[in-house]
Amino acid sequence: MSDRGLIVGGLVLFLGLVTLPVWYNVAAGRTAKPPELTLPTQAKSCVAPVEYMRASHMDLLMTWRDDVVRQGERTFVGLDGKTYAKSLTGTCMACHVNRAEFCDRCHDYAAVTPTCWECHLESRQVQRTAR
Amino acid sequence: MNALGSLVLVSALAGLGFAGGQVAGLRPLFGMIIPYAAFLTFLLGVSYRILVWMRSPVPFRIPTTCGQQKSLPWITPSRLENPSSTLGVIGRMALEIGLFRSLFRNTRAELREGPRLAYGEAGLLWLGALLFHWSFLFIVLRHLRFFLEPVPGVVNALAGLDNFFQIGAPSLYVTDVLLAGALGYLLLRRLVNPQVRYISLFADYFALFLLLGIAVSGILMRYVVRIDTVAAKHLALGLVTFSPVVPEEVGPLFFVHLFLLSVLAAYFPFSKLMHMGGAFLSPTRNLANNSRMKRHVNPWNYGVPVHTYEEWEDEFRDKIKAAGLPLEKE
Amino acid sequence: MAEEAPKPEELAQIDYRPPGRDWREPAVELRKGTFCYSAAPKHLEYLGLPNPRPWQPFEADWKLPADWKQTILQGMKERLDRFRSFRLFMDICVRCGACADKCHFYIGSGDPKNMPVLRAELMRSVYRRYFTAAGRLLGPLAGGRELTPDVVKEWFYYFYQCTECRRCSVFCPFGIDTAEVTMMGRELLNLVGCNINWILEPVANSYRTGNHLGIQPHAFKDSLDFAVDELAEMTGIRVEAPINRKGAEILYVIPSAETFGTPHYYTLLGSLLLFHAIGLDYTFSAYASEGGNFGLFTSHEMMKRLNAKIYAEARRLGVKWILGGECGHMWRVVHQYMDTMNGPADFLEEPVSPITATRFEHARSTKMVHICEFTADLIRHQKLRLDPARNDHWTATFHDSCNPARSMGLIEEPRFILRSVCSRFHEMPENTIKERTFCCGSGSGLGTDENFEMRMRGGFPRANAVRHVRDKFGVNLVACVCAIDKATLPPLLEYWVPGMNVAGVHELVGNALVVEGEKERTTDLRGESLKPKEERAHE
Repeated sequence: MSDRGLIVGGLVLFLGLVTLPVWYNVAAGRTAKPPELTLPTQAKSCVAPVEYMRASHMDLLMTWRDDVVRQGERTFVGLDGKTYAKSLTGTCMACHVNRAEFCDRCHDYAAVTPTCWECHLESRQVQRTAR
Repeated sequence: MNALGSLVLVSALAGLGFAGGQVAGLRPLFGMIIPYAAFLTFLLGVSYRILVWMRSPVPFRIPTTCGQQKSLPWITPSRLENPSSTLGVIGRMALEIGLFRSLFRNTRAELREGPRLAYGEAGLLWLGALLFHWSFLFIVLRHLRFFLEPVPGVVNALAGLDNFFQIGAPSLYVTDVLLAGALGYLLLRRLVNPQVRYISLFADYFALFLLLGIAVSGILMRYVVRIDTVAAKHLALGLVTFSPVVPEEVGPLFFVHLFLLSVLAAYFPFSKLMHMGGAFLSPTRNLANNSRMKRHVNPWNYGVPVHTYEEWEDEFRDKIKAAGLPLEKE
Repeated sequence: MAEEAPKPEELAQIDYRPPGRDWREPAVELRKGTFCYSAAPKHLEYLGLPNPRPWQPFEADWKLPADWKQTILQGMKERLDRFRSFRLFMDICVRCGACADKCHFYIGSGDPKNMPVLRAELMRSVYRRYFTAAGRLLGPLAGGRELTPDVVKEWFYYFYQCTECRRCSVFCPFGIDTAEVTMMGRELLNLVGCNINWILEPVANSYRTGNHLGIQPHAFKDSLDFAVDELAEMTGIRVEAPINRKGAEILYVIPSAETFGTPHYYTLLGSLLLFHAIGLDYTFSAYASEGGNFGLFTSHEMMKRLNAKIYAEARRLGVKWILGGECGHMWRVVHQYMDTMNGPADFLEEPVSPITATRFEHARSTKMVHICEFTADLIRHQKLRLDPARNDHWTATFHDSCNPARSMGLIEEPRFILRSVCSRFHEMPENTIKERTFCCGSGSGLGTDENFEMRMRGGFPRANAVRHVRDKFGVNLVACVCAIDKATLPPLLEYWVPGMNVAGVHELVGNALVVEGEKERTTDLRGESLKPKEERAHE
């Protein structure tokens, strides 16, 4: 049949496309290894439990933003009873000082492009240097 | 009954997926073995079905012509609706596959007083189907971010396009809304329209509920019950690099999503969902209307008994002669 | 029969609400007027078809052969292996329902099994049960259904309640063509001897004598001679109507109904006059005296057996190419099947119009040209003197016949001719013409009187569109290029839109054609006054 080549060709193309991730990762020499993060050295705990932060830190940050900008509420009481300033640069990045080795590792891995740093500076250190 | 039955079945499957994510001993089964088995079934099954279709020849050239044929040079042929060349066929197929050209023709017949038949617009089915299929494709491509490392720019660009409105964080994907809406419409249409409800089989509802289950679990994970995305990618990447892992951080909701997807993949080749491949093979669409220009060969064109001229002349010789018509043999 | 049928007002009370019961329970109510009678055993015997016996669909026992189930399933398997269309259309329907209200039988009857999707599901359910793993395992849950004698009865009822018009396939997103399913269904039914007389008698006749009515060579000649005499009376011109003449340039094949039926006959007159006017070197054949092919409505094999005569006769007579008359399903066979089945026609030449020297390149392989293509070319090259005023008593519309429209694309040619030969021409609504044309309701061999009610139902959408242009533009004539239309549109329109007339395109050509040496015409080819109807009415 004259259309056999066409059908087999189409099928092979389809199979190639749906298994693309396999070939791509083989070519890139990847394994499943998740990103390794540089964790803060001085602080022992975060404002919320780690599992919560992993899945929902963006919720927290959005809530903080709204609280600060719209209500003027700037204090956050963590689960451990401590109070924190609702500030990405001032609180979060005070411990997680290196954006590239903490935030970006996961964001890149999961192909997420948050818009945080379009306005916020990365850390106080950078802030001071800029002045 | 069909609708309720398939809803119950899909709910049970979702529950099974949830349990598989909860019970520690089952997590490897639901996180590795079942997905592998399902995907393999998908690949082999789809190939098998296509090859079975291929094995049956297309003995006759039977395009449905939806426009003017190519005949006299001064009559403009309808090159896409009634193609006579390969290029035209490619165009026609592109319109069919990409834009659902034929479904776009849909109308609704209505009997009014008189009696008078009226034909109204019925483009909603086309719109719903088109939105569903394109959104689904978009979402599948977006999911490549879980399967590729590093994530190529194209995938990021797709996601960027999809969250164009930048609502919330994680930002809202337009296709998620469209997919859920379109599936909801297609389901509602099946339930509400008496004719469509009458023709609907168990399998029709099952496919819809299954897709809805996958969509809803996915939407929940992104917007409501957040999951550890990095862990999810770890699992996905583990599968495609053949170093499967089930990270502890992956929760049961993810297992619902993954298990329903596995069911879909395994079910796909044995269901009407194969219309994805079949749409390309339909002889009423993918053949050029050139049967008088170019002989189409039927591979099994066997000989048949015919009533030959000689037999005919023998039978009616006297009458042919009497009528003064010419004879082969006097 | 027509008197017993319900009145139009009653028939138009159509209930589209589906019944409560599941469609998978086979149930057929063989009500008089909605089905065709069985084929007489002698026709089956003559053709060598299986299970000839006296039986009728309304009887409880259909006298199926002992191994009927095995025969059907085996036949299904063979056809699934031979036709990708069949296998594919069994597999890929998603039951979206877009086809539902596109079928004229569904619109006219409200019977849900006349929705193309369910008509095909009658077959698909059996396919799933016996030919798919899921169906074999899960049965009804996977949409499967046992093959029982009741299913066979249901197949018979609904596959002889589909005119293979292909309208549904225009709207189907996958191009699923119910005509293909119906053709397979009828092939399978034929394997166990469930067929109808209105199809098999013409088939047997056609096989034996060359045409549907069984007209023998001398009678065929008489008919043509009679036409020649009548033409002479009306126009003062004596034309030639050669039969079986060797060495003619062109073999002209018509639906045989033109030689005896009205209004077909006027089309014959028109074409005879046309060929005379241009001095065409052609011949009829008494052996291949039928373009129509009811084999198409029986099986692919039977189609081939009947169609073989055309090429065989063209070869014997030594013509250069073949011209085909106004016939719908004949052109489906010629355009989509003939060359494949009985070709290659390498003994013929690429058709060239002897008058205009136009090469009909689109027919270069099959070597057969539609008379509308031929005449449109003549008119375009101004080879005809036409007086459209002679058709002023008609306000015409054009009914696209299913097969030329949807299996060929013959759309503009007849319209070009009509606009050239009549001054009053109006289209029916866009949704009811061209590729979306509605069937006459009697195609594919269902145009018999015992099936009258179902024909009126099936033809309702067509009649409805005709009534629309009658009321809007005063249309009084439906022109068409199909012999079945010419036979069945008159009773259909008489039922729904009384007072309407039906004509072939070449009848109107014949009316308008100014032929050298003709006498002043006072009547059209029907012998009716040339004055517009309304003038006559108001006199």
